[in-house]
Amino acid sequence: MSIELVAYGAFFLTMALTYAIMCLGLNVQWGQTGLFNVGIAGFVAIGAYVSALLTTPDAAGRFGGFGLPIVAGWLGAALAAGLVAFLIGALTIRLRADYLAIATFGVAVAVQLCALNLELVTGGPFGIGFVPRPFASLAGDPLAFSLANLGVLVLVVLALYLALERLLRSPWGRVLRAIREDETAALALGKSATRFRLQAFAIGGAIMGLAGAAQAHFIGFIAPDNYMPMLTFQVWAMLIVGGSGNNRGAILGAILVWGIWAGSAGAIASLFPPGEQARAASLQIVMIGVGLCAILLLRPRGILGEVKTVSRHIGRLARSAGKPVSEP
Amino acid sequence: MNPQALMDGLVTGSMIGLGAIGVTLTYSILRFANFAHGEFLAWGAYIALAASGALGWLAPSLLAPIGPFSFGWSLPIAAIAAIALTGGLALLVDAMLFGRLRAQRSTVIILVMASFGAALTLRSLLEFIFTAKPAYYTKALQIALPLGGGLRATPDQLLSLGLAAILVVAIHLLLTRTAIGRSMRAVSENRQLAGVVGVDVRKVIRTVWLLGAGLAAVAGIMAGLLVQVRPYMGLDLLLPLFAAAILGGIGSVPGAMLAGLIVGLAEAFAVQFVGAEWRAAIAFVILVAVLLFRPQGIFGRPE
Repeated sequence: MSIELVAYGAFFLTMALTYAIMCLGLNVQWGQTGLFNVGIAGFVAIGAYVSALLTTPDAAGRFGGFGLPIVAGWLGAALAAGLVAFLIGALTIRLRADYLAIATFGVAVAVQLCALNLELVTGGPFGIGFVPRPFASLAGDPLAFSLANLGVLVLVVLALYLALERLLRSPWGRVLRAIREDETAALALGKSATRFRLQAFAIGGAIMGLAGAAQAHFIGFIAPDNYMPMLTFQVWAMLIVGGSGNNRGAILGAILVWGIWAGSAGAIASLFPPGEQARAASLQIVMIGVGLCAILLLRPRGILGEVKTVSRHIGRLARSAGKPVSEP
Repeated sequence: MNPQALMDGLVTGSMIGLGAIGVTLTYSILRFANFAHGEFLAWGAYIALAASGALGWLAPSLLAPIGPFSFGWSLPIAAIAAIALTGGLALLVDAMLFGRLRAQRSTVIILVMASFGAALTLRSLLEFIFTAKPAYYTKALQIALPLGGGLRATPDQLLSLGLAAILVVAIHLLLTRTAIGRSMRAVSENRQLAGVVGVDVRKVIRTVWLLGAGLAAVAGIMAGLLVQVRPYMGLDLLLPLFAAAILGGIGSVPGAMLAGLIVGLAEAFAVQFVGAEWRAAIAFVILVAVLLFRPQGIFGRPE
């Protein structure tokens, strides 16, 4: 196997894993809590821009360029996106469920506008270049460079996965699912539905911001065009295909859908003449749109459905009482 | 300040208002925020474009401008076809997607997500068929007539305003004075109860789609006539439509029209201060303000 192929494989997986992080964030919001976010692209963009501003070297004619280490950029990205998610959640979560959807759609539009028009901060339509890449010293050796980047993202996804799985099984996670399934019952038990939903929404937003930062540093360049509504749609397709409510499903869906997407883009590039490619690319979106609707209709659980999680104490209680654990 | 902003705001506002009536009807009767509604505007505009072009090719005399307007008889005839076909498209999407999800008793938010998927599919189909290049109904230039007080308007703009006013009154009368209007209001109050007392719920749902999509087609054709026809016109109008529907109060037709005018005027006046590149943010600011201070809207009832 040639080195180029391995390097490309590592590049592909690294991109897929940045989407997997977005999917994990969406899974906290939608999968666990039932909050509908149509502005994923907005939160990802906030993360990408904040991290780029914090870590790029000082540039003439542009605000920012603090030259901080990459880790600081990633933390700042997560904090900023989480804060915006918290504010928009505080505004809409107590209202009807689809007001949140409309408001997050508005966030994506507003962030897109800011990225385009606040040229002093965001570089306008041309975006920000030279976002520092981790392991830049290895850039001379493509294989080592891609593998090192892949390694970092595998670690980030793994850490997030373990943390979220732990959170899911904690009392906090149980309250979230209780609210999603039966809000009245959860309220009757004294849990503030609004507060728990708001926390979950902010955490999900922060994870999306982190994903945006990771992606920006991996590509090394950001522009408003990267954060079109299309991105929101892709992440939704990934989570729904993989299985909402299931963190492993979120990761699997991200890799699978990104594979289909990259593969069909490659097919279009080789099958259609350059003049017709923009047109053929819109067929690609039609395909994903029809696919999403079909899955909603035919298999709303996705490939890996939600795993039933109950307290680990229940099994012990049942055993000590001498009764078999009843499986639904 | 330029008084011309008043006329621009009223014209844009009446387009937003017509679109928002469809959003508010779907929202109150089918009970979900339809993200695909903007695409009905775009499809209406494109169907009219194709039909008008075909008519002009068959009978070039239809392209001769009528009186002071910029378009010939081909456009009004094409508009009627576009209204009917966009209504048919809405029924088709309902039969293939929303109707089945309703039958599966899916939650509201699944419907919203499905509408999001339908929106992307419909928009990209338009881009595939007609490409992303902007198109125009006519190439004719129009001279704006002075109306006094420093206001100017083209005959097309005045026609659009008049048409929007007639349509709003007609829809309002339909909802308040006719049997189907009463059925629609009954279903919006309580679908189960309405079904129990003999209201034909399926007929009501069909009417909602036909009305909403028909009005969307009119709004889309107006937008195409006064600005241009683009595949992304529906997406760009979506946020103003939602802002107007919520500001007017979900379910209120006069509210949607009034709020549409407010959003349009706010955009036109704000653009004078902050620059045209921020136009799309105005609707977002209005939306946030309504959700903060009066989430039930102008004419809505608190939940």
